[in-house]
Amino acid sequence: MTEKSAKKIILNKTPIPDQEPAKRRSNFLEVALGYTPEMAMKEAARCLQCKKPLCVAGCPVNVPIPQFINSIKTGDFKNAITIIKTASFLPAVCGRVCPQEDQCEKYCTLGKKGEPVAIGRLERFAADYAMQTSENGRPEMIEPTGKKVAIVGSGPSGLTCAFDLARLGHSVTIFEALHEAGGVLIYGIPEFRLPKKVVAHEIELLKDMGVKIITNAVIGKLITIDEIMEQFDACFIGTGAGFPKFMGVEGENLNGVYSANEFLTRVNLMRAYEFPEYDTPIKKGQRVAVIGGGNVAMDSVRTALRLGAKEATIIYRRSEKEMPARREEIHHAKEEGIRFELLTNPVKIIGENGWVKAIECVRMDLCEPDESGRSSPVCKAGSEFQIPVDVVIVAIGTGPNPLVPRSTLKLALNACGYITADEGTGRTSREGVFAGGDIVTGAATVILAMGAGRKAAAAIHEYLTCKN
Amino acid sequence: MPKILEKILIRHPDVFYYKVDAPLISKKAKPGQFVIIRIHEKSERIPLSLADINPEEGTISLIVMSVGKTTTEMSTLNAGDEIRDLCGPLGQPTHIEKYGRVILVGGGFGAAPLYPIARELKATGNEVIVIMGARSSDLLIYEKEMRSLSDKVLITTDDGSKGVKGVVTVALKRELEQNAVDMVMAVGPAVMMKFVCETTKPFGVKTTVSLNSIMIDGTGMCGGCRVSIGGKTRFACIDGPEFNGHEVDWDILINRQKTYLNEEKESFEAWKKCHAFAVCE
Repeated sequence: MTEKSAKKIILNKTPIPDQEPAKRRSNFLEVALGYTPEMAMKEAARCLQCKKPLCVAGCPVNVPIPQFINSIKTGDFKNAITIIKTASFLPAVCGRVCPQEDQCEKYCTLGKKGEPVAIGRLERFAADYAMQTSENGRPEMIEPTGKKVAIVGSGPSGLTCAFDLARLGHSVTIFEALHEAGGVLIYGIPEFRLPKKVVAHEIELLKDMGVKIITNAVIGKLITIDEIMEQFDACFIGTGAGFPKFMGVEGENLNGVYSANEFLTRVNLMRAYEFPEYDTPIKKGQRVAVIGGGNVAMDSVRTALRLGAKEATIIYRRSEKEMPARREEIHHAKEEGIRFELLTNPVKIIGENGWVKAIECVRMDLCEPDESGRSSPVCKAGSEFQIPVDVVIVAIGTGPNPLVPRSTLKLALNACGYITADEGTGRTSREGVFAGGDIVTGAATVILAMGAGRKAAAAIHEYLTCKN
Repeated sequence: MPKILEKILIRHPDVFYYKVDAPLISKKAKPGQFVIIRIHEKSERIPLSLADINPEEGTISLIVMSVGKTTTEMSTLNAGDEIRDLCGPLGQPTHIEKYGRVILVGGGFGAAPLYPIARELKATGNEVIVIMGARSSDLLIYEKEMRSLSDKVLITTDDGSKGVKGVVTVALKRELEQNAVDMVMAVGPAVMMKFVCETTKPFGVKTTVSLNSIMIDGTGMCGGCRVSIGGKTRFACIDGPEFNGHEVDWDILINRQKTYLNEEKESFEAWKKCHAFAVCE
């Protein structure tokens, strides 16, 4: 920072107003309410406008962070969104669900002395402001190239890839298996963390850009990748890691045991929380246990609480430090009264008349970290105990959905069934077929999937333009 | 949105046949597969077996019995109406080969999805015997259709109003005792399929069953349809719906099917109150 400033550096982030924990634990409205223009300008003024912005390098899609923050600082909110949209197609989503603490904000110079600039909150502010003012940020489009690209899956990687390719003038068709586009943004992430209207707004922009979205199209069943390649010049597979894993313990098929995918899909996609107004039912447990320590586990347990659980508990086999969930989500969950049974592992689910009655767990110890630096949990002999529950949600991760891999000829897969694709370009073993996001990497984050979609779009563009 | 081309009341007052315009699905679908439908914005997604597939016409056929809210709402749709969401074909097709003598057992609704299966089996050179069961003769569906393409049709009714008095397994056991049978395929209520398997097991006859567990997406994403087959968890939507019946854990399936009985009732009652006159035609 060259400009000499008399004012002192403010060490703390401008707080973001939240819905009170006592109130929000019984509704599905968004938890974080977002900055007002005044708060946003105040926070934007904290940015040091570094010449070599490390934050940008920390962002998987390299959003020009200092530039958009500068626009907010000067009150030019419309320009802020235009700048963000040059790099990120889903700022309203990323501003809410990105793990900024591990990315842009982790490298913020201010973070060395105090708290980093609240980049995520500012990104969200710019995106929400644009949404409220019906400014959809439609980019300039290039003349149609006449090339056709198919995108399989409408999650974050597919949407991003579609956005970039459409912008470059290619004709893009997205195939989505469910009845609504958005993938995990629609079926997985709850309304209180990511309102569905935010996702719908971004998808409208794609439609406005001429992208065709075909829902209810299960690729591998209705159409195969091979058939797609007969009709399209290239294809991007972004089908995600949506195949739920179970623990394999006794009692897992009892009524009242859900995969997190099922539980969240019923609530988010099918709106079971509005049953019977909406037809899809869900068991509203009084005492709910969620197995796992990731963001999906936090989403599930906080959803269970909002459905009316008197007691909602996270069961995790390691300690809080090892939890893969974002600190912010753990913090919100604690504020809402979620119980944490840490260093605890389920050994069986106990039933009565076909329904879950209790979960038997064992306490764990963390042994000394091995060479990889990871401590593995080991059972404490004789420490078995039971927690009475009526709903159990298994959130221990997901695997690759086999429908596309099983039905596609000569598509190379790794030993776990994920598609083998080049990290920088998304190229697969099949010419013209690219892949990215969780179906390549295994379950990761929205922004990493977006990054993969973006890299693949650049590679597809190059492939299509060099082919002639 | 897919359009309903034809609707026929095939059993008074609550069983309807629908022919739906679905060119892409009809070209891919095979006997034994299913589709998932959602009829309006607030509706559930429900799986329905394919009762017929006609790729030349570009149509598929569905048979729907009004048993709960969604199926009753479906019965208010008529020819010319559109189905909001139609997704398929889903699941693995029935494995068809030249087995020799095959017995198809259909309980209640099971007769409908067995129709395209019977046709394929016949076309592949099998001798096809169909056993159809119902509580009473007026509840039978698809008898004429089945007679038109199988070698023998045996009817059983609980009340003896037609055919053999008793359940399907009475006729099945008799057939197994009289002739060598190479394959049995059963489609119908879980309890019926369970007893079919118990009947065929002592004869050592391979028996496949089509499992109708609760589903949401039908693509392997939710795991709600999981079933236990030979001690291993399988998803009916992508690994099935057909499995070796002798390996199925029937108690788990039957128990899981009951998960939402209360909610289904609540939802249907609330709907009936508001639509007392909607369902008549």
